[in-house]
Amino acid sequence: MKYKLATMAVAGLMAAGPVMADLVFPSLSYRTGPYAAGGIPFADGYADYFTLLNERDGGIGGEMLQVPECETAYNTEKGVECYESLKGSGGLVYQPLSTGITYQLIPKVTADDIPMLTSGLGRTSAKNGNVFSHVFNFPANYWDGASVAIKHILDQEGGDISGKKIALVYHNSAYGKEPIRTLQELSKKHGFDFTEMPVDHPGQEQKSQWLQIRRDKPDYVIMYGWGVMNQVAVQEAINIRFPMDKFIGIWWSGSENDVMSAGAGADGYKALTFHNVGSDYPLYDDLKQYVFDAGKAAGAGDQAGTVLYNRGLYAAMLVAEAAKTAQEIHGTTAITPGQMRDGMEALNITEAKMAALGLPNFGPEFQVSCENHGGNGFAAVTQWDAAAKEWKLITEFMQSDQEVIQPLIEEDSAAYAAENNIEPACN
Amino acid sequence: MFYREAGDFSTTYAQDQQTFPIKFDRYRYYVVLFLAIVVVPFIINDYWLNSLMLPFLIYAIAAIGLNILVGYCGQVSLGTGGFMAVGAYSCYKFMTGVDIWWGGELVYRLPEFNIFFAVIMGGVMTALVGVLFGLPSLRIKGFYLAVATLAAQFFLVWLFNRVAWFYNYSASGQISAPERDLFGVLLTGPSTQAWATYLFCLFFAIVSAVIARNLTRGSVGRKWMAIRDMDIAAEIIGVNPLRAKLTAFAISSFFIGISGALFFAVYLGAVEVGEAFGITKSFTVLFMIIIGGLGSVFGSFAGAAFLVLLPVALKVVGVDWLGWPTDIVAHLQLVIVGLLIIVFLIAEPHGIAQLWRVAKEKLRLWPFPH
Repeated sequence: MKYKLATMAVAGLMAAGPVMADLVFPSLSYRTGPYAAGGIPFADGYADYFTLLNERDGGIGGEMLQVPECETAYNTEKGVECYESLKGSGGLVYQPLSTGITYQLIPKVTADDIPMLTSGLGRTSAKNGNVFSHVFNFPANYWDGASVAIKHILDQEGGDISGKKIALVYHNSAYGKEPIRTLQELSKKHGFDFTEMPVDHPGQEQKSQWLQIRRDKPDYVIMYGWGVMNQVAVQEAINIRFPMDKFIGIWWSGSENDVMSAGAGADGYKALTFHNVGSDYPLYDDLKQYVFDAGKAAGAGDQAGTVLYNRGLYAAMLVAEAAKTAQEIHGTTAITPGQMRDGMEALNITEAKMAALGLPNFGPEFQVSCENHGGNGFAAVTQWDAAAKEWKLITEFMQSDQEVIQPLIEEDSAAYAAENNIEPACN
Repeated sequence: MFYREAGDFSTTYAQDQQTFPIKFDRYRYYVVLFLAIVVVPFIINDYWLNSLMLPFLIYAIAAIGLNILVGYCGQVSLGTGGFMAVGAYSCYKFMTGVDIWWGGELVYRLPEFNIFFAVIMGGVMTALVGVLFGLPSLRIKGFYLAVATLAAQFFLVWLFNRVAWFYNYSASGQISAPERDLFGVLLTGPSTQAWATYLFCLFFAIVSAVIARNLTRGSVGRKWMAIRDMDIAAEIIGVNPLRAKLTAFAISSFFIGISGALFFAVYLGAVEVGEAFGITKSFTVLFMIIIGGLGSVFGSFAGAAFLVLLPVALKVVGVDWLGWPTDIVAHLQLVIVGLLIIVFLIAEPHGIAQLWRVAKEKLRLWPFPH
């Protein structure tokens, strides 16, 4: 009996490992917990894009694709467990969609020679590929977000914001603390008053922060929130009648989930984005034909066209293009994670390429290089139209203030390199 | 048949008083130790290490610590997460060199401690903090003490989030363990070997268990239990409640601090206090000792194993074998773990340790139960 059980267990473990011949794009998703509202659409978009490639093109370069999912619930311990359990399946690139898990995985992926993409999240100084050889955060990062938000405020105020009061309401975690340094530098440069207002996980309790906002009357509020924190903040802002068009969220605080529950009051709320919104793209026709109508959509299949679903599609598109690049560089279709890293470092996203993929004008153009793993830092502002129930792009994509951000990135990555004895990767 | 004293003669007091007086039990213990120390390091890989063994060993140490306080001394604590955070942050400060500032100037920087001593210092600092938060236990009892320790939990998490000195002024507020070694073998950082970190944590787990077991068999432990069973009676027979309660808080916090230090430095490598050491951590460890068995060292291990293994086992069965969607399995997991806790509390309030004791008694009588 014991032997039987043991053999069954071993057989089960072996059966659990997927077939090695396919290209594996693991998805560390979170469909449960306080951040599920953001995790579900992203995971669906990520999976649907690869399903489309499988159904329409027969994978990438003839290699079929697999997207094994692992539930992290936005929890770092589970994230590590997921990483270890999926590592054996030969995952090509990880996208944890959690800054906390990203910090865990940065040293691990570097030691295991597996690339990681953290678009618009994670450790900002990972942009410096000289230090972070296996971590990529193109096309934009948290500091770009903070800078673009300030740029937008400058545009609104006619170029002068000295003496204005700007408050940052942030998730009290590695994620939310990221923009503080940049905003401090920018407040020196532009002369605005900067106040920090931390909100503790998970963010349902924000009465005191908004009371303070009501008392201090800042001219603008920037928010770095995620999950249930966003909905609560939008509702609180409505409650104290804060002008919504002076309330700007980062791209993680700008999805339908965050504003729908607040109803008409949320009209005019702004959020940044590093890719375009809506579902008016040729790619969606293909998705409908090959994925939605064929009943192959991931999850409940009700997320198509939302902001975070688009972000999932975009994230999948970036790594799929990187995989193609890697296949070209190494002349083989069955690439390894190490070769995938080279592909990501040589990734070149142009408008022509995106148009050919059915996503014209979807995101900024950028070219990754050994030194620059983070793109050019372009982001735009979207605004919520409560009547039409949709996000609208209200500005052009604009570049962040590189002259402020670049020295900060150099400084932070140099500190990391010194702490961990890292030799420059590029020569 | 098994577990029988027959033919097992003690000729000295030492023999009579050993932890495992029955020969069969003793050999079973040696076999488990042999497997854990000699066999497992050769077969362990990254997956087994990071998904099962490290969390199991580290939670077992925390559970031993909490069991001393709750199970042996009867002082309810909900501050485990906060105390683990003290261990983690002290370990971090000692391994990177404690810097002392005065008036905005760096006065003195302690040399960097070896990882082994940094972990011990994590325990020592936590013991001091534990004594501090144990002081109210002299005046308040039961649920009120639980609330006081809950305050410790929230205060400590807030402190480590608020004061930048604790995380060496890093921009993200995270602490991450730099590479450190013991006798040239890497123990922290990404390039560690599975066997090395496993043995490091196993060492602390075994030593903690042996110390805890022997403390609870001696006069200190008996005083704790006297306080637990009836503090007024204990006071009348000459137990000093101040000393008994504060030693319980100190020793309990010491182990919890060690586990927090290992949790940060060896297991996760980078932590964020609110996320890693939040209130859920306190409850997890409390569930471990309730399920495992209050007032039992074996129960601490059993409870830790139960709560670490169960989610992973459910995930393997649900997602990898049956191919169910990950969110359904994650939700089922919550339902099943919750249900099992209720069932356990009703069917066996003394936990897995009691099941083990009953099984031993039965085996002793088998095959002639009457």
